[in-house]
Amino acid sequence: MPYTQRHLLGLEGLSRDELTHLVDTAAEFKEISERDIKKVPTLRGKTVLSVFYENSTRTRVSFEIAAKRMSADFVSLSASASSANKGETLLDTARNLDAMKPDAIILRHPSSGAAHFLAQRVECPIINAGDGSHEHPTQGLLDLLTIRERKGDIAGLTVTIVGDVLHSRVARSNLFALRTLGARVRLVGPATLLPREFSSWAEITNDLNEGVRDADVIMMLRIQLERQGKNFFPTTDEYSRYFGLNEEAVAKAKPDVIILHPGPINRGVEISSAVADGPYSVIMNQVTNGIAVRMAVLYLLANRTREEPISVVSSEPQLRRRVG
Amino acid sequence: MSKSLIIRGGTVIDPSQGINAPHDVLVRNGIIAALLPAGAETPEAGKVIDASGCWVVPGLIDVHVHLREPGYEYKETVETGARSAVAGGFTAVACMANTNPINDSAAVTEYILERSAVANLAHVYPIGAVSKGLKGEELAEIGEMKRAGICAVSDDGMPIMSGVLMRRALEYSSMFGLPVIVHEEDRDIAAGGVMNEGEWSVRLGLRGMPAAAEDAMVARDIALLEHSGGKLHVAHLSTVGAVDMVRAAKRRGLAITAEATPHHFTLTEAAVEGYNTNAKMNPPLRTQKDVDAVRAGILDGTIDIIATDHAPHHRDEKEVEFDLAANGIIGLETALPLALAMAREIGLSNEALVRAMSSNPAKLLGVAGGTLAEGSPADITVIDPEARWKLQPENLQSKSRNTPFVGASMAGRARVTMVGGRVVWEMPRNGGKK
Repeated sequence: MPYTQRHLLGLEGLSRDELTHLVDTAAEFKEISERDIKKVPTLRGKTVLSVFYENSTRTRVSFEIAAKRMSADFVSLSASASSANKGETLLDTARNLDAMKPDAIILRHPSSGAAHFLAQRVECPIINAGDGSHEHPTQGLLDLLTIRERKGDIAGLTVTIVGDVLHSRVARSNLFALRTLGARVRLVGPATLLPREFSSWAEITNDLNEGVRDADVIMMLRIQLERQGKNFFPTTDEYSRYFGLNEEAVAKAKPDVIILHPGPINRGVEISSAVADGPYSVIMNQVTNGIAVRMAVLYLLANRTREEPISVVSSEPQLRRRVG
Repeated sequence: MSKSLIIRGGTVIDPSQGINAPHDVLVRNGIIAALLPAGAETPEAGKVIDASGCWVVPGLIDVHVHLREPGYEYKETVETGARSAVAGGFTAVACMANTNPINDSAAVTEYILERSAVANLAHVYPIGAVSKGLKGEELAEIGEMKRAGICAVSDDGMPIMSGVLMRRALEYSSMFGLPVIVHEEDRDIAAGGVMNEGEWSVRLGLRGMPAAAEDAMVARDIALLEHSGGKLHVAHLSTVGAVDMVRAAKRRGLAITAEATPHHFTLTEAAVEGYNTNAKMNPPLRTQKDVDAVRAGILDGTIDIIATDHAPHHRDEKEVEFDLAANGIIGLETALPLALAMAREIGLSNEALVRAMSSNPAKLLGVAGGTLAEGSPADITVIDPEARWKLQPENLQSKSRNTPFVGASMAGRARVTMVGGRVVWEMPRNGGKK
């Protein structure tokens, strides 16, 4: 089944076929970025709005390049969530933008569920570019593409995700998608940043060496330096000693292990320079693939007429069952 | 001139007198004149209220509502809240102090009572603040508020983080016989959580508040109660641990009572799925184990009272990101069918249900009601336990619509609500039985 949903809110709940279709489409678009003239007319006349309530250079630029390579008009708006609280609500902002008839809105927001919230209330397709600690689906997809390029089939791989899993939307998108595609997922991190509830979906361990043993893929998460001083860990030095990925730890993984990181990296904290720049690192491939994934997502979502029926995310079946 | 009416054909359920049998209820001058044998001759009776197929019970009393007046009249007023109460079968409600200005002074207490007299629907019993401004620092003028008419004290919504203040509150309130109603949450442990901490918070990427935040405060307050005396009433129990601790404290003979809300015995945290802000409340919806524990607590009497925590909010306060959404839902008009459904599921007797929704609340607040004994005020609810209806937001009497039960099919409803012998609510025929 191809991906026919109106929005892209998260990878949880997507079928194997939908995920595969998204990644396949991205793989096809990769070639455009290799050309001398990196532009196709596919989205000519379409307007793509990017609304970022959080600072992000890389994701925003990646979307912008993707949109421009597809010949879409790209309009970027940075908003501050804190000033928005005092003035216009997210809903009002979105309704106003929706009234300008864009063909897709890309939303980055610090609150989990913000993209779902808008998807239930506006006409235009919503692309979640990161909602709080919840999901970052295009990052998940570019990770899938990167893994697939190196490893072929994702089913059967052991993928170890290391770091601040609690606050990581990258971890969640990957966890859910990798499981759907048949990978075995291990999560590694300090007990303060790795709630044991994750064991419903993955193996969890607080020991990096154990977690990376025989892994096919190691995915490092950025440790947010702001967490220091909030008692999630004492210091970044100590964090690095226990959870920083160095060559010694990499040696425990499979010889052909690949290492991913969503960036921006803290060199010498969660990943040593030797590893980040080493032969197993595919970090730059991820960045390249990010463009292709975002081109694919824009192609699939923004390239539709507005008359198609809206798939409404239902929030209440649970309740009806309980009460009825 | 004597005004009388008779409620005919119903089954009187009055746990205060151990009655569960068919009786006609004769009301004269706003007072219950007699419980008569079913079908008895009553030459004097004026108006007849048909209660066939219904329960006739002492008016339901909700010890935990937020009426929002003064200060937040855009959410609810004393009048709309009281109207919502009587529509739900409640003849009395006790309203929390987090208004603006806060009910931490006799003047505000008197104002609420005046508004209630004007509304002239359900009885409204104000609950005074424990601390000035709900700040958790200095005791409010509890004695002055008592003279003005409060029936309990509570900083509900703002947990009393200071253990020594809590101790003094228990000691000081005991002089006036007032219970201290506590919202049990250690804010440090809760750490800004917006839903229960568990599998769902992890999945949705929402900050969780663990059950331990509630349990820790229940443990502290039971220790303080044991030390200092006074009367402790634990609001909206929601965890396995809290229910267990209250049960153990009761066994030790402490003066502790507890309540549970319909949402905590009906829904789990899974209701948050899709970031439904009408499933956001504090304490949060918890797990199935917690729901089961709350139900077990009701069944064995650990939980004395069913209370709604009726918390009206304007649509704009719920139509926002989950993190920013206001806590709480309205509850007065859904409590009865949800309680009936729960009672059927766990095998709770009709008497026990009425005790939890009428007699025990009256006892906690020290107010009239909770009984159909001769000579009592005629605060009576006629319940049609089989009435089938669907919750349509436009039919709600509350000013607010923030409920996760919109569209839900309900069984059971107040057919008639009577306060002081006056019919203040009758079930609409179109929205009632098919």
